[in-house]
Amino acid sequence: MAKKKRISQAISEAIMEEMIRDENVVMIGEDVESGMNGNSIGLLDKFGKDRVINTPISEAAYTGMAIGAAMKGMRPVIEYCINTLQYVSMEMLVNQAVKLRYMTGGQVSVPMVAIVNMSGAGISCAAQHSDSTWAQLIHMGMKVIVPSGPIDAKGLMKAAIRDNDPVVIYLPALALGVAEELPEDEYLIPLGKGSVKKEGTDLTIVAVGHMVPEAMKVAKMYEAKGISIEVIDPRTLYPLDINLILDSVRKTGKVIVTDDGYRFCSWSSEVAATISEQAFDNLKAPVKRITRPVNFVPYSRPLEWTTFPYTGQLLEGVAQLTGVKPDL
Amino acid sequence: MALNREQKLKAYKDMLLIRQFESKLPVLIAEGHAWGEAHQYIGQEAVAVGVSSALTKEDSVTSTHRGHGHLIAKGGEVKYMFAELAGKATGYCKGKGGSMHITSLEHGIYGANGMVGQGVCIALGVAFANKYKKDHTVTVAYFGDGAANEGTIHECMNLASILKLPIIFLCENNKYAITTDADYATSVKDISVRAAGYNMPGVTVDGMDIEAVHAATLEAVNRARAGEGPTLIEAKCYRFFDHFNSYPKICPFRYRKEEEIEEWKKRDPIPAFEQKLLAEGVAQEELDSIITDVDKEIEEGVQFMIDSPYPDMSEAYTDMYTDKHYTMPIRGW
Repeated sequence: MAKKKRISQAISEAIMEEMIRDENVVMIGEDVESGMNGNSIGLLDKFGKDRVINTPISEAAYTGMAIGAAMKGMRPVIEYCINTLQYVSMEMLVNQAVKLRYMTGGQVSVPMVAIVNMSGAGISCAAQHSDSTWAQLIHMGMKVIVPSGPIDAKGLMKAAIRDNDPVVIYLPALALGVAEELPEDEYLIPLGKGSVKKEGTDLTIVAVGHMVPEAMKVAKMYEAKGISIEVIDPRTLYPLDINLILDSVRKTGKVIVTDDGYRFCSWSSEVAATISEQAFDNLKAPVKRITRPVNFVPYSRPLEWTTFPYTGQLLEGVAQLTGVKPDL
Repeated sequence: MALNREQKLKAYKDMLLIRQFESKLPVLIAEGHAWGEAHQYIGQEAVAVGVSSALTKEDSVTSTHRGHGHLIAKGGEVKYMFAELAGKATGYCKGKGGSMHITSLEHGIYGANGMVGQGVCIALGVAFANKYKKDHTVTVAYFGDGAANEGTIHECMNLASILKLPIIFLCENNKYAITTDADYATSVKDISVRAAGYNMPGVTVDGMDIEAVHAATLEAVNRARAGEGPTLIEAKCYRFFDHFNSYPKICPFRYRKEEEIEEWKKRDPIPAFEQKLLAEGVAQEELDSIITDVDKEIEEGVQFMIDSPYPDMSEAYTDMYTDKHYTMPIRGW
C-alpha cells in the first residue's frame, strides 16, 4: 500500500512533475533550496540552482521578478514562507500581476503561482502571522486555491502551474497534518470545480481549508442523531463552482458557509449573499456564516483557539439551524 | 564605440520626435482628444535616446509614468501611442492603459508603469528570463530620483547583483519628485554611489548629453551581455515642465526658481546636439529635412488618432484573464 502523504509533499511532487514536464517552470523564494517548508523538497538536487532560486528576504522584488519572467514566457512558482508575507508584496500581486493583462489590452499573460505557506492561525505565532489572507486577493480578481487535503492539493497545484494567469494557492496550517494516499497516475484538478466531500439531505456546509475536515467530523457526529449533512469543498475560491453550492442548497434548504477570513467582506459573506440572491426561495432558514470575528489572534494558546473558526462554532451553527444539539 | 553618422542622425530624429510628441500632449488634452494628465518628457530626450542607441531591438525596457520618451526611443510608433492616449481601439493597449501604461512586447517594451519604482521589479524578471533563456539580451529599468528612494529599487539592485542579472538600472535624476527636491529627499549627492552598496558599478553621466549617455549605457550593456551583471547609471537631467501639465493651475506653490529653469534650458539637449552635428559637417539642409519628416510623422500620427474608432463598449469587459472560467462572472451571477 502506498504511503500516506501530507499537503506539502503533494505540492512538492506537483512542482517536481511540472518542472520535469516544462523547463519554463522554476521555483523562486526564500529558503527554497533547503526545502524547509516542505514544498520544494528534492527540487535543488534534481534541477540545480538555475531553476531553484533562493532569494534574499525581498518579497516585493522576487514577486515582481516572477511577473517579469512570466511576461517573457516562463512559469515561475514563488513561495511565501508564512501567511502574512503576502502583505509585503501586495502591490506586485494586486496592482501588477493580476492587472497587467487587462491594462495591456491582452498583450501579456502572467502565468505564475504564489504559494502562501502556513495560512491561518493555530500555530502560536500571534496576530502578525495568523491571517488567512485570501479575501483581499479575491476582491482584486486573483484566482485563489485553498486545498483541504493532499490529493486536491497536488491536482490543483499542477493545474495552477499550467494556468495562464496568476494563481495564489494557500496551504492552511491546520490542514497540513491531513494525510492521504496520492493516486499513482498523473491527475489534474481544474480550477473552478468544487467537490462534494459528503452527500447529505438536511443541511449543507460549504467549508474552506481546515474547516473541511472539521465539517466532516461534525457531519459524522450528527449522522448518529439522524441529521444528514452535505459537505462541499469549493477548493478554488475564485473561480467558484457556485452551481455546485446552489444545487446543494436547493436540495437541503439550509446552509452554513465557513472560512477562516475576518467576518466583514469575507469570502463567506460573498457566498452567503449569492445564495440569498439565487436560492432565496429554497431557503428554510437564513444563511449562516461562520468566520473569524473582526478580532485579532492572541498568542496565548487557550485564547488563540477561540478566535478562529473551529469545531465548536460549527457544532453551534448546526444546532441552531437544525434545533438538534450535538452529543459532546 | 562612438555613434556613427547615421546613428547620430537617427538619434537627432528620435529626440525631435519625442519633443514634438510631448509638445502635442497639452494641446490634445485641451482639445478633448486625450484625458487626464500629461507627464511630459521634454528636456530629458538625450537620456532615452542615448540609452536606446546602445540597445538592440531584442533588448527590453521597463518605463515609468513619464515614459513616452523611453517608448519612442525604443521603437514605439507615435501613431499607436497617440491612439492609446486618446483611448482609441488602435492604441497599443486598445485604449485600456493610457499614457502611463503603454506596452509593446514586439519592441521589447515591457510596460510603462504608473506605480513609482514598481516597474523595476518587472524588469528584474525580464532580465532573469533573458539570463535563463540565454538569449544574450539585456533589460533597462528606467526610474527617477523619486523612485530611487522606494524600497523595491534597493531590493532589486541587491537581487540583480547576487544573481548577476543582465540589467541596467537607469536612474533619471531630473531633480524633482513632483515638487520635492532630490537634494533634500536623497541621502547622497549622486544616486549612483548607492551602487557600491550592491557591489555593482555606478556612474553618473550628464543626461543632457546624448553621447555621454550612449557611452555609459554601452559600457553597461557590454558588461551585462558578458554575464558580469548589473550597472547603475544615474543620468542627471531636468524636466522643463512641471510634474504634469496642469500643475500650475492646481497648485500655486513654486518649488523651483525661474532662473534655475532658464539655466537648464540653456543646456537643452536638442540644440546642443544640433550644433555638434553642424560642427561635424552635417548640412543644415539635412537637419531641416529630418525636422520636416518628424513634423509629418507627428501630423500623420495625430490624424491617425483622430480617424481611429473608440473601442467597442464590450472591450471594457475583455482581457481580464487569459484562461477564463465560466464560473468567473464579471458582473455577478
